[in-house]
Amino acid sequence: MTPVVEVRNLRKVYPLEGSEGVVALNDVDLTIDPGEFVAVMGPSGSGKSTFMHIVGLLDRATSGTYRFDGHDVADLDGNALADLRSRALGFVFQAYNLLPRTTALENVELPMIYAGVPAGERRRAALEALDAVGLAKVAQHQPNQLSGGQQQRVAIARSIVNQPSLILADEPTGALDTASSEDVMALFRRLNEERGMTVMLVTHEPDVAAHAKRLVTFRDGNIVGDTKTKEKVHA
Amino acid sequence: MISFIQTLRLALTALVRNRSRSLLTMLGVVIGVAAVIVTVAIGTGASSSVADQINGLGSNLIVVLPGSVQTSGARTGNGGASTLTAADGMTIAKLPGVAAVSPVVTVRTQLVAAGQNWQTSAAGVAPSYTFVRTWPVESGRFFTQPETDAAAKVAVLGQTVIQQLFPSGADPVGQVVLIRGVPFTVIGTLSAKGQSGAGQDQDDTVLIPYTSALERLTGSTTVATLMVSATSASTIGSAQNEITALLEQRHRIVAGQPDDFQVRNLADIAQAASSTASILAVLLASVAAVSLIVGGIGIMNIMLVSVTERTREIGLRVALGARAASILRQFLIEAVVLSTGGGAIGVLIGVIGAAAIAYFAHWPATVSIVAVGLALAFSAAVGVFFGYWPARKAAALDPISALRFE
Repeated sequence: MTPVVEVRNLRKVYPLEGSEGVVALNDVDLTIDPGEFVAVMGPSGSGKSTFMHIVGLLDRATSGTYRFDGHDVADLDGNALADLRSRALGFVFQAYNLLPRTTALENVELPMIYAGVPAGERRRAALEALDAVGLAKVAQHQPNQLSGGQQQRVAIARSIVNQPSLILADEPTGALDTASSEDVMALFRRLNEERGMTVMLVTHEPDVAAHAKRLVTFRDGNIVGDTKTKEKVHA
Repeated sequence: MISFIQTLRLALTALVRNRSRSLLTMLGVVIGVAAVIVTVAIGTGASSSVADQINGLGSNLIVVLPGSVQTSGARTGNGGASTLTAADGMTIAKLPGVAAVSPVVTVRTQLVAAGQNWQTSAAGVAPSYTFVRTWPVESGRFFTQPETDAAAKVAVLGQTVIQQLFPSGADPVGQVVLIRGVPFTVIGTLSAKGQSGAGQDQDDTVLIPYTSALERLTGSTTVATLMVSATSASTIGSAQNEITALLEQRHRIVAGQPDDFQVRNLADIAQAASSTASILAVLLASVAAVSLIVGGIGIMNIMLVSVTERTREIGLRVALGARAASILRQFLIEAVVLSTGGGAIGVLIGVIGAAAIAYFAHWPATVSIVAVGLALAFSAAVGVFFGYWPARKAAALDPISALRFE
């Protein structure tokens, strides 16, 4: 089985004039297999965000290798990375990042536009994804007509609509109240358990991380903990 | 990979989402293009009306006038000498570069008809006059060569004379008009010619055979003017030289002596007038073009603001798999749609404006297809030119910081 993410000796240094630069990632090794649900934790400045950006193909490492879905990303140019993002990656952000004055349905369709999916197929898949997050009835609503929790679930529908190999969630509950956070986390868990979707989420809240099946902890640009949390049964 | 049609739709959606801003952004180009259309229309109209006026004087016209004479030390002005004869005209008519000649004998006179009278200038001319002056008859007919040879008492009336002598609207053809007491039968009427370039009412005239004018009215043998029509505009110069040589020979002018006649053509006047009009048109159009460029800078400003404002959206699109080229294309299309949309609205307003000016100011304004096409092409070019930099800025954004942008 090809790992979704396979990182070896990954190092990221941000150049800074007059010094050797700021080391964001020191020497990171990590493998994520299909079907895993990984939470990445760590204090700010620990390198977890940099790691997520590199895994999300939005940034490149200074050295080391990264194989995504079996592709060595060092061999890919900007267009190939963009195409891979549109087909094989789903992003969920803390601020939802839905397009304003655009219906939920159109928001969910957006990644498929860049993947070149024909219009009829886009609509069908978008409705299905909205149904999967329990929001089929608000398909024609615009973001300002939805609650924060609903907006984040629309964003999750958008991230799964292309059946990606990996969903990356950056503090997805950071802007939500406790009840909505629980809903969103329950949704991720369901997508992982029922649909076998691979999820990596970055958070600094232990309650949120507790929903994942594996916990990776970063500190000062290194992985300092990697534990399989015990299987829990949720209501 | 995303198709061009899809990118176009994304761009249009983004523009519609910001409807009022899009319209305001277009405004600069709208005004610029409308200004170009209107000013070019006015300029073209002015040129063509000048050309019409010049053509109205006659086709490829050359005018031969008598020169000045000196009597007891006092010199008359040009035309003061009595040196030109109808026979000079007939010889000139045989020159190769000449199409037709008409002598003109003018007589200031009082007309009397049907209980009305009116002072006007009667002109004794040849049948070729209608051709030389490009002045067709309106009703009835013009007099013929046999009538001219016989010094027949026939007359063709101008429109102003008709209004004054026949205010009731009666048909003047067949009526009798007294010219210096001599009864002339009206055989035709002239079409309206309007004012001359100098503001004279050209319709205030009555035409009779020049032979009748000489024999029955003036009793002289010399004519006031010879109006000559050259075979084409390009032969005016050579015809002028031929006429000068011929008349010098006929009038026995020794080399070194001043000519007792003058040969003039209207081409110089026509050229000066029409080049003035086209300079005016170019001037107006360049002012309008400047406003179009200002409109383009307006588009660039708003596009730059829009790129900054939509930084997060751009970051999101990149994260969702947009290639840099797709982002560039979307913003470029937005700019071009704004500028050509503005151009199209501008053309519409310009055409309406030109029509309004033509209607209210009685100024001929001709909207040319070329001006419309150029204005549209130029506004599209403005969109590409001024949209490229903001679009490149958008495409070059770092998605990570773009997504964090507040």
